[in-house]
Amino acid sequence: MADVEAPPAAVVDKELLPPPELDMRRAVRLGLSNAAAMVLVAATGIVGTFQGRLIIDPFLPLGLLFLYMVAWAFGWLAAKPPTTLEGFAPAVPGPRNLAAGALAGVIGGAGTALLLVLMTTFNLRGVFLELSPALADTLSFGLSVVAAVPLIVAVGTAVGLAGAGVHFLPPRWRRAVMPGLMWVLIFALFTDIVGQFFAGVGLDSITGFLFTRRGGPLTAMGAVIVFVAFSTLYWYRGGRETTLRQRFEVLPAERRTGWTIGLAMAVMVILWFVPRIMGPFVSQVLDNAGIFLLMALGLNIVLGYAGLLDLGYVAFFAVGAYTAAILTSPLSPAFSPELSLLAALPFVMIAAAVAGIIVATPVIRMRGDYLAIVTLGFGEIARILLNSAWLSPYFGGAQGITNIPNLQVGPLEFRSPQDYFIPIFLFVVIAAYITLAVQKSRWGRAWMAMREDESVAEAMGINIVTAKLSAFVVGAILASFGGALFGSQIGSVFPHSFDIVVSITVLVIIIVGGMGSVPGVTVGALALIALPNLLREFSEYQFLFYGVLLIAMMLVRPEGFIPSRRRAQELHTEELAQDDWLEIYGQTGTGEKVTEGSA
Amino acid sequence: MAMLEISGLSKSFGGLRAINDLDMHVNEGEIVSVIGPNGAGKTTFFNLVNGMDTPDEGSILFENQDLVGLRPNQILGLGLARTFQNVRLFPAMTVLENVMVGQHARTKSGLLSAIFNTPRHRREEAEIEAKGKEVLAFFGSRLVGYRFDQLSMMLSYANRRRLEIARAMATDPRILLLDEPTAGMNPRETIELTELIGRLRDERGYTIVLIEHDMQVVRNVSDRVVVLDHGVKLTEGSYEEVSTNQDVIEAYLGRPAEMGS
Repeated sequence: MADVEAPPAAVVDKELLPPPELDMRRAVRLGLSNAAAMVLVAATGIVGTFQGRLIIDPFLPLGLLFLYMVAWAFGWLAAKPPTTLEGFAPAVPGPRNLAAGALAGVIGGAGTALLLVLMTTFNLRGVFLELSPALADTLSFGLSVVAAVPLIVAVGTAVGLAGAGVHFLPPRWRRAVMPGLMWVLIFALFTDIVGQFFAGVGLDSITGFLFTRRGGPLTAMGAVIVFVAFSTLYWYRGGRETTLRQRFEVLPAERRTGWTIGLAMAVMVILWFVPRIMGPFVSQVLDNAGIFLLMALGLNIVLGYAGLLDLGYVAFFAVGAYTAAILTSPLSPAFSPELSLLAALPFVMIAAAVAGIIVATPVIRMRGDYLAIVTLGFGEIARILLNSAWLSPYFGGAQGITNIPNLQVGPLEFRSPQDYFIPIFLFVVIAAYITLAVQKSRWGRAWMAMREDESVAEAMGINIVTAKLSAFVVGAILASFGGALFGSQIGSVFPHSFDIVVSITVLVIIIVGGMGSVPGVTVGALALIALPNLLREFSEYQFLFYGVLLIAMMLVRPEGFIPSRRRAQELHTEELAQDDWLEIYGQTGTGEKVTEGSA
Repeated sequence: MAMLEISGLSKSFGGLRAINDLDMHVNEGEIVSVIGPNGAGKTTFFNLVNGMDTPDEGSILFENQDLVGLRPNQILGLGLARTFQNVRLFPAMTVLENVMVGQHARTKSGLLSAIFNTPRHRREEAEIEAKGKEVLAFFGSRLVGYRFDQLSMMLSYANRRRLEIARAMATDPRILLLDEPTAGMNPRETIELTELIGRLRDERGYTIVLIEHDMQVVRNVSDRVVVLDHGVKLTEGSYEEVSTNQDVIEAYLGRPAEMGS
């Protein structure tokens, strides 16, 4: 391997070196990871919890599906041909790829079988509560252990092979089949919501056709129909020469702006009708996601733009919620002007701005880790003060403040989660607009410069004190809007709603979504708040899911789902270095221009 | 009265006297080179002048105003900008954004006017952008066009040095402190930059203080040369005077053994 050198560019077209062979040791390593992951899925109780839920009636329960989806993914990974390098022929999948996929599957199946044998022979429940006889029954497909062991290994192998098989599909087919399967899974997992959607748009009959009952599992026929319908759709789409995005990108700048605005309007109009169609449950979930999104947009300014790691961000959320509660609730303990929420908003903003300044002032000369620790302290102080007996005459202590009235604008009263979707949505749009407007302004640039290099930013004329204060104030105001809406929607505020987990969740949203990018943060909030809430059975595993997602993202895509352009480039410097190299050696013309210019 | 008047300037780091009782002046329209062996205190001198470090003693008068105790952004506001020996750009910002930051101290619009996109804000943004492009055009075709939207970390080393000068130019300085502008450049780039330093004074009217190791550059651009060694001013004068001065030669090359005895 080491003596192979890339040939000069001219030769590339004539002779390509054979691609490197698939590494079987890697397949074994992935197989061992597969076994570990499958055992983990079984032992954390995921298989057991979801076994009761049928995905496709009558043969596919969710628990086993999860277990073998892991094997499928590892089979796919193990059989994945290596990336084609310059000067090498592209790798064509062959028997070796199948063998790799099967190998990963075999090892994974063997690991699961071993777990079964161990848990039936010894009593492990003292330590691992979830290793119950019911789980053993599930893992063994209801057979005896002796019969089940070879069967588990065989199923693991088959699933691993199936994962490997994906690489043999021609690209166009792959792009049709995979989304088809994904949509079947979406239909099967979100049966309530899909049913609600069809009912909302007046096509209730489809639900009866695809599902055993409303909210029940897909029928086998339904699964096939969904698969065929979506695969066909994607197959036709895959036939196009260019993607929509590519066609969009070649448009001249003015027309692109026009399309962007049009698209944004269309999305907004659709979103306006979402609560009507989707019903109270989905609306409630989206309301929650919207409130977290407001906070995430605020933290995005503090951290994503200004680079100030605030771990006590929930304090601003609490200030917003409590200020609004005190000013609007008739049951506010000390001071109760009973304003409407709208009238209270200016005071909420002022309170948030003051809180922002209070937090920012002591950390003006602090950087990085120190700042993070101090803000962490602030967040906890806020919660403890609100909870304290000392301040309970003002904030109600652990009893909080209840009877917060609904949002009312003129004759319109917002009562249900469906109603609340609209103001929350409007505030999110306002926050997104503020973020984008400020980003391109003088202060946006000042924040970014401060993030990049604080001392140089100061030497270039930026007043660090003002820049830090303003970033904290803007971030605090956005979070306080979220807090005010949160309190008014729930009808009460309690100190325990504002603990450190909220800060961490918001932080994870912007890291996973894409720091410094409004679409990224939006996707982050939907993926991390809405998704786990929609899959109610999953809420128990929400933080496990966060952990896995964070680790996976940091390994595979550290810039987030939808990163800002600069962050994507920043985190992929190796590729950039290659570009630089090409630029230097590809454009000899610049060298001549130099002498002309200086002569 | 000189434009920049420094007297009795001292700075110690622990036991090390980095700058010791330094007197120096820079007249308007001059190009002054500060030279000296490594560790002579040249960069510390710049840090004291632009406020990134505070002197222990002495005064720095810029147009009769004392700079000691002011923050770097205030000093920049008075018209004193600098570059850095180890190029310090804002790496994840574009080339154009880097120079636009330079205009920060010269512009006023606040967050609210950006949010409401007032006509004044739009006008100011357009002016900032025009100024940025104009400053970048000073370097010929190197930093213009598609380069505007490139991240500064993607630039070649020499272009980063040029961009750093452009960023300082965008602050509308009256006096420019350049910290080893030709360090790490190849001979052709060095020649080009030498001419450019002359143009900075002749076309843009900046007064320039320059730290430089390359004696060719020093000879070609300087009106006056100040030699530092161990934080003390050895001598000053024209390049010819300084380059033949026995103390200077000793500082650079060491004292020959036979002369010491």
